[in-house]
Amino acid sequence: MSRATTAWLFLTPALLVLGVFFFVPVLGALGLSLTDYDLYALADIRNLRFVGLHNYGELLQRPLFWTALGNTFYFVVVGVPLSIGASLGTALLLNSPLARMKAFHRTVLFAPVVTTVVAVAVIWRYLFNTRYGLVNHALAVLGLNPVDWLGDPHWAMPTIIAFAVWKNFGYNMIILLAGLQAIAPELYEAARIDGASRWRQFRHITLPLLKPTMVLVTVLTVAGYFQLFAEPYVMTEGGPLQSTMSVLYLMYDDGFKWWNFGVASAVAFALFGIILAVTVLLLRLARRGAAA
Amino acid sequence: MNPRLARWLVNGALLGCAAVAVLPLLWMLSASLMPAGSASALPPPLLPAQPTLDNYRALFARAGMGRYLLNSLAISGAIAALALVCNLMAGYAFAKLRFAGRERLFRALIGALLIPAQVAMLPLFLLLKYAGMVNSYAGVIVPGMATLFGIYLVREFARNVPDELLEAARIDGAGEWRIFVQIMLPLLKPVMVTLTVFTFLAAWNDFMWPLIVLTGQEHYTLPLALASLVREHSEDTELMMAGSVVTVLPVLVLFLALQRHYLQGLLLGSVKG
Repeated sequence: MSRATTAWLFLTPALLVLGVFFFVPVLGALGLSLTDYDLYALADIRNLRFVGLHNYGELLQRPLFWTALGNTFYFVVVGVPLSIGASLGTALLLNSPLARMKAFHRTVLFAPVVTTVVAVAVIWRYLFNTRYGLVNHALAVLGLNPVDWLGDPHWAMPTIIAFAVWKNFGYNMIILLAGLQAIAPELYEAARIDGASRWRQFRHITLPLLKPTMVLVTVLTVAGYFQLFAEPYVMTEGGPLQSTMSVLYLMYDDGFKWWNFGVASAVAFALFGIILAVTVLLLRLARRGAAA
Repeated sequence: MNPRLARWLVNGALLGCAAVAVLPLLWMLSASLMPAGSASALPPPLLPAQPTLDNYRALFARAGMGRYLLNSLAISGAIAALALVCNLMAGYAFAKLRFAGRERLFRALIGALLIPAQVAMLPLFLLLKYAGMVNSYAGVIVPGMATLFGIYLVREFARNVPDELLEAARIDGAGEWRIFVQIMLPLLKPVMVTLTVFTFLAAWNDFMWPLIVLTGQEHYTLPLALASLVREHSEDTELMMAGSVVTVLPVLVLFLALQRHYLQGLLLGSVKG
């Protein structure tokens, strides 16, 4: 048996699974988005019609799609910088030569990452409960008025963002910490001898050398945050007043609540297009920053 | 800055952050031990006045939590085991077996990491519906049997094994399967542990796909059961917290036990990616 045949035999199980259950469905989604596949087609495939780009055109005229898109961008634009800021801050603290009990702190800070989104979202629902939640109780102790965190359209998304930052910052913290540890200590030593302040060391040594890691972390986090779903599903059900309805939530509702698979596939592909465009844009910006 | 003040500031900030990270989890544990109704009081209690296991009893006796726990264990266990086999074989082939188009195929697979998994979900549901696999364990397990990330992880690790080792075995007349099982697998043990923990945790915590494909309660995993409980019994704080403990505790314990392997995989999977 030739070497190449052996290789393909080893690859077959994985490629078969990925092909049948991922790549074919992705192409299928593109096809579905060009049809009016709905409950009638689900009952009898002869009801299926090809509609071209009709679903995408409808999407652009649908206020709920723009609401969902706006909410998702709000979540990404505010959530990603806060998230990475928290990751970088804790990574710097863990990397400080002054820090004690590093292994313990690292474990504790990372713990939220491995927890189940649904379970911890349930905890936050109660911590941010308007009447009995500990957060409002703490506000009351400080003499502040209670906030209807998950019931007020202005506060629901910020609460979900705070939750996402708490849940996710540990992941990037580990990656950034590894990046920090890879910076040669001699560089700081030399800067100190030259009399550079802590801030200038951070600004001119740490940040430039950490940049490739930061770019990677940003791209991964942005792509991940665009896929917001479980948090609003459990904490707010997309409300109040659709203020936490995300694009993926819209896809889920269109597809699995109303069985409009054609429309839902268009939503899915629109999201994919947006994530791809933003990723390319971020990488371009990073490259131009490197050239400048 | 005064060095003592600096040390105090750094460690104080670390302790503060650690407290924020862990307090919600500790409160969950504490509230799960409170008698029904006592968490909804003013001021909200931090610790149970009389700790009780009643909520856990109610969960398992009335809410069928035992069933959901077994479902979660079975589904995550099956996915972890099957994905391990498929990803090990494919990762090994990409790292050590030469064939035309190897690098191009691998790059194409890595490029596909950009496609959000949710794009595939609608047609995948239809596919499984026509195959009669909707609302079955297989509907959750089968699509998870191979992962791009897992293949990448194994390849990265397997590339460090010297070719001479495999060539020597070939010259001695060993078959390809024997080389894989007897020479490669023992060397891949660390990445096997890493991959198993990773896949198991991801499968345990997964929400959206099981929510779509498991339509009947008898197949629910813990996250699905919890999400449906919170919609029906949202006023039963203590019961819900007990449910959260049952859901979160197994993965937290697994992580604490195998932390080193998990973090290694996380770094291997992203720093070079």
